[in-house]
Amino acid sequence: MTTLTTNSIANSKPTAPVRDEIRTFIILTALLVAVPISGLYPFFVMNALCLALFACAFNLLIGYGGLLSFGHAVFLGTAGYITAHALKVWTVSPELGIVLGVAASTALGVVTGLVAIRRQGIYFSMITLALSQLVYFIYLEAPFTHGEDGIQGVPQGKLFAFIDLTNPIVLYYVVLAVFLAGFFLIYRSINSPFGEVLKSIRENEPRAISLGYKTDHYKLLAFILSAGLAGLAGAMKVFVAQNASLTDVYWTMSGEVVLITLLGGLGTVFGPVVGAFIIAAMQEYLASFGQWVLVIQGTIFVICVLTFRRGIVGEVAHYFKMSL
Amino acid sequence: MKKYIYRLFAYLCPLLVSFNAYALDKNVKIGVLTDLSSLYADSAGSGSVLAAQMAVEDSGLTKKGWTVEVISGDHQNKPDIGASIARRWFDVDKVDLIVDVPNSGVALAVSRVAKEKNGVLIVSSAAVSDLTNAQCTSNTIHWTYDTYTLANGTGTALTTAGGKTWYFLAADYAFGAALERDTAAAVEATGGKVIGQVKHPLNTSDFSSFLLQAQASKADVIGLANAGADTSNSIKQAAEFGITRGGQRLAGLLLFINEVHALELNAAQGLVLTATFYWDLNDRTRSFSKRFQERNKKGDMPSMPQAGVYSGVLHYLKTLDKAGANSHDGAQVVAAMKELPTDDDAFGKGYIEPNGRKIHPAYLFEVKKPSESKGPWDYYKLLATIPAEKAFTPISQSSCPLLKK
Repeated sequence: MTTLTTNSIANSKPTAPVRDEIRTFIILTALLVAVPISGLYPFFVMNALCLALFACAFNLLIGYGGLLSFGHAVFLGTAGYITAHALKVWTVSPELGIVLGVAASTALGVVTGLVAIRRQGIYFSMITLALSQLVYFIYLEAPFTHGEDGIQGVPQGKLFAFIDLTNPIVLYYVVLAVFLAGFFLIYRSINSPFGEVLKSIRENEPRAISLGYKTDHYKLLAFILSAGLAGLAGAMKVFVAQNASLTDVYWTMSGEVVLITLLGGLGTVFGPVVGAFIIAAMQEYLASFGQWVLVIQGTIFVICVLTFRRGIVGEVAHYFKMSL
Repeated sequence: MKKYIYRLFAYLCPLLVSFNAYALDKNVKIGVLTDLSSLYADSAGSGSVLAAQMAVEDSGLTKKGWTVEVISGDHQNKPDIGASIARRWFDVDKVDLIVDVPNSGVALAVSRVAKEKNGVLIVSSAAVSDLTNAQCTSNTIHWTYDTYTLANGTGTALTTAGGKTWYFLAADYAFGAALERDTAAAVEATGGKVIGQVKHPLNTSDFSSFLLQAQASKADVIGLANAGADTSNSIKQAAEFGITRGGQRLAGLLLFINEVHALELNAAQGLVLTATFYWDLNDRTRSFSKRFQERNKKGDMPSMPQAGVYSGVLHYLKTLDKAGANSHDGAQVVAAMKELPTDDDAFGKGYIEPNGRKIHPAYLFEVKKPSESKGPWDYYKLLATIPAEKAFTPISQSSCPLLKK
């Protein structure tokens, strides 16, 4: 009787890795909440947060499922276009615009996922790339996206009819709340039985099948979840940038998210966030270096891949023997 | 006690200075938002930054006690990055004026930001005519040219000059379609006829089948409604098929002198195009361009967008000089700029319409044969001058909401 009680208490205590992650999460949240009083430019942080959520969604797929999607930008962009169009032309409320955007990219995720998960490795990546380019050319031609001009001047409106999103500080906290919610959802999925199965598929898929798991179902679910969350990032980006353009559906954006995830640390919880902030900062603050931005980005990427293969967060976690 | 007086003085000093600065603010910050790394880096890019600096020097404001600072940034042709740089420039760096902005999507996005932050935007490189129509704002001036100028200039002038039948080769996206539609309208209004068109995908490398169709149509003029690498490739391949030597005329609807320079005259000869600036037009453009070329690291003559940056910044600074101080109120400065007639070496005399459209003449050029050219950059011969009032959308036809009162 007694042993059973102590056992159950011991089990209910968070294990060391989870404790590290929760601590880091609290520090991260505190830092982000304090941004508006820190003098950091809120629009920069909002941009980085959207990128971070996008990268986290991508990381769920590659870091935990071992699936390298090379067309993830299409989910970001689809939600962006649908949200922007809904807000501007159908003049719906912001919350409905976000829901429509996320629904659209989730639906696209179902279709893409169904086709792509039938293959592994490079074939999976190529199928996602091909499908995303297909969708890109549809957006290039479709009248509602206005081609290369993009959807411009999207009204921000009032969330739930009382939260004024035109105020940068208010908008910042809304974006932060959405980011934290999305991040938490990903964190929970990774640490759930679902996440464990996903990791086992990453390590050895035939073995997972032999244990009786329908791996296709798990992979599809992870793909859809990732697509939906990437869509959420795209929908939020519309409120920050007030436009939706072809940049967000083009394959270079898909490449950028791979870069972000590798730089921050593949398969780490916080890696994509750190990577996103670094890349966003380079785009913003190195803009005056002109043509050198891309060279600098490339050099950093090469150095990162050659010297710290676990990514920034991965290396830190390895050094301090923590789980981040 | 002494300590306190010192301290009081130390507190008051910055106050006094800032009060003074407020009374007669003579600080100006100009941001050149351009493409430094990609397809517009030659026609705009670092040359635009140089043009802005030359305008600052030529304005003579620094001698009158003004501080004018020029910064630059690369928007990488991404509207979201362009808009966020513009927002940061207005908010954090206190930039008063943003100039250049190649790429229609970026220009439209930055125009929104300029309106929201009450800054000033002078668009030189982007062609999208929406900037002075449906999407015009009280903070934006569209300086150098637009799709109407290109389409109407080339369409009308060439048809009048005898190019009665047209065949279009258009890039299959919004810009190509708009350019083709506007040009076709101008051709038909002048009594010409469009006998066919073919669309090619964006970034095509093989134009042979499209060009053969165009050649077989026996149209007098083949209009190239595309841009950048597509235009260069189609011109090169048209030269290989001997299209211009066969008596057909090739009209590049959007082509800058840098591209002609890169193509070389052998490939580009006989091409007809519309521009609002050419370095060898008159003594004033020549003197400006010589000075520009000497200081340009690349050694290029100024392109039309770069000349537009020079002219736009110069007019902006003249307006500030006349006001005596910088109010940092974008809409008010733009209104004052519209009041003041423009005059500079690059575009001569002109004015700005209430919808933000800068008005000046446009010119129809033909690219010279290698035997006619006296050397590098001697590329164009003038076919016709399109008077200022005909070069741009008539104000009565502009759909700009600012005009409805």
